[in-house]
Amino acid sequence: MRLYAVVAAGGFRRYATYRIETAAGVFTNTVFGFILAYTYAALWDERPQLGGYDMSQALTYVWLGQALLMTCVMMGGGFENELIERIRTGDIAVDLYRPVDLQLWWLAGDLGRAAFHLLGRGIVPMVLGSLAFDLVMPASPGTWVAFLVAVALGVVVSFALRYLVALSAFWLMDGAGVAQMSFLAGMFFSGMLLPLNLFPGLLGEVARALPWSALLQVPADVFLGKHTGWGLVRVYAFQAGWALVLLLAGRLVQSVATRRVVVQGG
Amino acid sequence: MAEVVDAVVGDAPDAVFVPRSRVVEGVRAYGLIVAMWLRSTMAYRASFVMMALGNFAATAFDFVTIVLMFSHVDVLGGFTLPEIALLYGSAGMAFGLADLLMGSMDRLGQRVRDGTLDTLLVRPVPVIAQVAADRFALRRLGRVSQGLLVFGYALVTLDIGWTVAKVVLVPLMVLSGAAIFSAVFVAGGAFQFVAQDASQVQNSFTYGGATLLQYPPSVFATDLVRGVTFVVPLAFVNWLPCLYVLGRDYPLGLPDWVAFLPPLVAGVCWVGAGLAWRAGLRAYRSTGS
Repeated sequence: MRLYAVVAAGGFRRYATYRIETAAGVFTNTVFGFILAYTYAALWDERPQLGGYDMSQALTYVWLGQALLMTCVMMGGGFENELIERIRTGDIAVDLYRPVDLQLWWLAGDLGRAAFHLLGRGIVPMVLGSLAFDLVMPASPGTWVAFLVAVALGVVVSFALRYLVALSAFWLMDGAGVAQMSFLAGMFFSGMLLPLNLFPGLLGEVARALPWSALLQVPADVFLGKHTGWGLVRVYAFQAGWALVLLLAGRLVQSVATRRVVVQGG
Repeated sequence: MAEVVDAVVGDAPDAVFVPRSRVVEGVRAYGLIVAMWLRSTMAYRASFVMMALGNFAATAFDFVTIVLMFSHVDVLGGFTLPEIALLYGSAGMAFGLADLLMGSMDRLGQRVRDGTLDTLLVRPVPVIAQVAADRFALRRLGRVSQGLLVFGYALVTLDIGWTVAKVVLVPLMVLSGAAIFSAVFVAGGAFQFVAQDASQVQNSFTYGGATLLQYPPSVFATDLVRGVTFVVPLAFVNWLPCLYVLGRDYPLGLPDWVAFLPPLVAGVCWVGAGLAWRAGLRAYRSTGS
């Protein structure tokens, strides 16, 4: 356990090193936040209460999306590229010798990264957004805590998805195609482009049931106070359920894959 | 890379007898490097097809989002879906072309960081041609074709009273728009000589600008519109020409003829970006590795 805490701290420190890059990222998130916020404002001008959000809530949703973009890695990119590279080059054989659990090792590092991105890339765009637009902030500390739990679960779901993407490299050797598919799915089905509440009919129902909705839609709705009491328990169960299923799937694929690596001889 | 060096070195005697201008040499080198990357890409055809389709789909989701928005409303900022499709398609084509030709500029920061830019400096070829053509990615045609498709949909759906001026304006708009975005890419590259790991700032102006131009100016705050008209003149990429074609009012009460300024604006942008690039290149200090 101590070991994984050290790995997580390492993940945090590693990303904290790139200060100019973080500042540049904050700039980008803010610019896109502004552009999206204006388009949402135009939409909610026409249809107030669209998707059950009022104007302030819709604008808050935009800025939450920018704040969580890197934390929940909606668009992919991160540890999985490194893992794909290790699988491609055969370095993964060395990793498998180590007396640590491969999946937990990468998870710990990714949690550290997520913690840094929440602080480094999340807070400033949110503050800048709230200066320019009328956003709604949770009044009770309980909602903030509930939100952070939802974000943490979202990060684990995101990790589990990207772990599966990376493992596909055992078979495909080149992870670019799968990574791109996962980027597309992540962008569209997380609710990054448009809240999933606005997706019509069956598409909406499917989108809300898929794991990607755990990355942004669920945490944002918790932040906006849409889920309380048993409703909160239900969305947590939704997120945790997907996390568990996907982590177990990753474990299964990993055990099949590692047998293959041994055959390959590293 | 070795191939390119060989080709250039092999041609050296020519250059001694008939000195070519820097521009011709730059374009020639760009062509050679692009040809090399094309050959390398086509070695893995299946992978290329997948990436091109992915590129197409990734940008198409932007338009799907707009269509989803219009499943709830009839107008956005006073504009109908076909009208927004015209803006979307023209922005997509202009940005897509610039991205195809100059999109590799955002890798410059990485080259400055790891010192591989030094290799480019010692070659007898303009650095900008080498950086722009580096890892030329034909898959970016996906974005151009997607823009073209949406633009075509808009032209078919809209009832535009065509005049000679409007017919001339459309291709002029796409080419000038691509030139303006290319200048932004070059200026962004120049900025990265100074701020080495800030390629994201460049992305805000390129990708961010392209996203902004998909929507009508009436959606945005006046100060923002003012900024993209007079500071980073993205409004000339497609907003003003499209509004002329649609017969709509211009933002900021601009006069009628500004719709025909894009070629001029593109020229000014190129001069500015060129100067910035030279300043950046001169300020470059190698990592020494």
